Amino acid sequence: MSELITFCGAFAKQPVQYRKAVRVKRMLPGISKVETSLEEVFNKIPITNGMTLSFHHHLRNGDQVVNLVLATAAKLGIRDLNIALSSVFPVHAPLIDHVCNGVVTGLDTNYLSGPVAKAISQGLLPQPIIMRTHGGRARAIECGQLPIDVAFIAAPCADSYGNLNGVMGKNACGSLGYAFPDAEYADYVVAITDCLEEYPLAQISISQTRVDYVVTIDSIGDAKGIVSGTTQVTKDPVGLKIAQMAAQVIQATGLLQDGFSFQTGAGGVSLAVAHYVRKMMQAGNITGSFALGGITGYMVDMLNDGCFQRLLDVQGFDMAAVRSLAANINHREIGADCYANPFNSGCAVNQLDAVILGATEIDTSFNVNVTTGSDGIIMGGSGGHSDAAAGAKVTIIVTNLLRGRLPIIVEKVLTVTTPGESVDVVVTERGIAVNPRRSDLRQRLADAGITVMNIEDLKLMAERIAGKPEQIVLADKVVALVEYRDGTIIDVVKQISSAN
Amino acid sequence: MVNKTAQAGTLESNDIMITVAPARQCSGIVIDLESIVLPQYGQTIRKVILQAVQAYGIANAYIKAIDRGALDYTIRARTEAALQRSGAAKRAFR
Repeated sequence: MSELITFCGAFAKQPVQYRKAVRVKRMLPGISKVETSLEEVFNKIPITNGMTLSFHHHLRNGDQVVNLVLATAAKLGIRDLNIALSSVFPVHAPLIDHVCNGVVTGLDTNYLSGPVAKAISQGLLPQPIIMRTHGGRARAIECGQLPIDVAFIAAPCADSYGNLNGVMGKNACGSLGYAFPDAEYADYVVAITDCLEEYPLAQISISQTRVDYVVTIDSIGDAKGIVSGTTQVTKDPVGLKIAQMAAQVIQATGLLQDGFSFQTGAGGVSLAVAHYVRKMMQAGNITGSFALGGITGYMVDMLNDGCFQRLLDVQGFDMAAVRSLAANINHREIGADCYANPFNSGCAVNQLDAVILGATEIDTSFNVNVTTGSDGIIMGGSGGHSDAAAGAKVTIIVTNLLRGRLPIIVEKVLTVTTPGESVDVVVTERGIAVNPRRSDLRQRLADAGITVMNIEDLKLMAERIAGKPEQIVLADKVVALVEYRDGTIIDVVKQISSAN
Repeated sequence: MVNKTAQAGTLESNDIMITVAPARQCSGIVIDLESIVLPQYGQTIRKVILQAVQAYGIANAYIKAIDRGALDYTIRARTEAALQRSGAAKRAFR
């Protein structure tokens, strides 16, 4: 592992290097890329001990490609693999056995949930895993800190010469944006598909010029786990109140005018914020510029209603998003580099006016934890959290004051995912706090008649209701390095104590 | 005194389900606690239950508590309700 540098400010580190050179390939005329046997591809490349294999997560909890590839590696007796999977879901539980059997010895990811996350927290791996941001992963691949031997791309649709898209086929997932850097920089690229079309494909997300093999299998995933049927605005009255307050904050910032750009998550409260923002935009006859990030049907509706002129889509969350990406030229697919890489000539998050983000904990210095739960177990990761927070003019955290008795505002978060300097406003159902660094925002909110509290007072309010929680005890072993988007280490995650 | 097994509360979030059962002489107050916030609030929850039981002058009881993040007043109320259903009567003040 290269030397670790400690985080010292969201924009402190400047890149002084050239991008990694990409292996030059050639393909002679008359050669077929189509294979029906994954084992055959393993042997042809060949995949050997100690390699880094990469995967993208657009199939989410419906993904069957990671498990299939790792089962093949295990069968062939390959060991010591480093797995660079952009997000880990419960469906990836077999990864635990592959670690126990020595097939996998390293993990590099931006988000983990489910059994793998818990096992990592319990000290499954001898070495710490690396947790990056979505933009940071693109940066690491391009700058050579995450060299990929073989990228496996789950392709909902492929043609026989390796052009790929995510919008066709029985397991369409929409954007393939997180796989773009992998395809561009890996030594070998293997597309795995269950929908092989004739050459050339009409819509191309990843080009034949980077894809070496096309492997056909019966099914790359389970559609039920890939897309949510419908992503819905929350019905919880507390969530709705928080969302309404957050929308009022956005309005008070003065950013809600023609050209407004916005990012919000797929969670119920985030969508509810979009709902109130949409009403405000319609009432004020405002035409926004673009919405960014993971795209839901709700964002598609806003595009079609004229609230936004474009959607920039790095990941689709539901079928409405998939259909829209296929059909609407104003709905654009972007890669992880374009979305959020801090080390290029400008990524899309830099163009954001407002972003709505969540938190499992936020401290009185506005640092946010979305990596570990209050019990210390990994239950997420930055994903695009730190990226969007750094780029947007206004970053708003929406959260309940308490979640199942636990105060969300604490003195010091267990794990820093996103630094407080890039977080501007916290909205809870019982009050709003503004980062002291943003006295301009505090003034605007006050001018709009919004009461602003000190974050310490919000913390005390929660503790008066629930009592002050006792500190949890952790073991000494570091199980994860939390890397900020620029590659510096912002925090570490420690193993949970065996008592828990 | 706890005459029979009785229960109060639910397994909804922010509630606690308390079950009290008679126990042999000299067994004391045994609290069997499960909680989603055990590391952070386990001590507090035990203390609140114990105080509520002691207020009824009970020396021997088995108490099973399954906590879903209840606040102290909920814990106290559910404990008292379970005790009253079990036949226990609160001691007069002083």
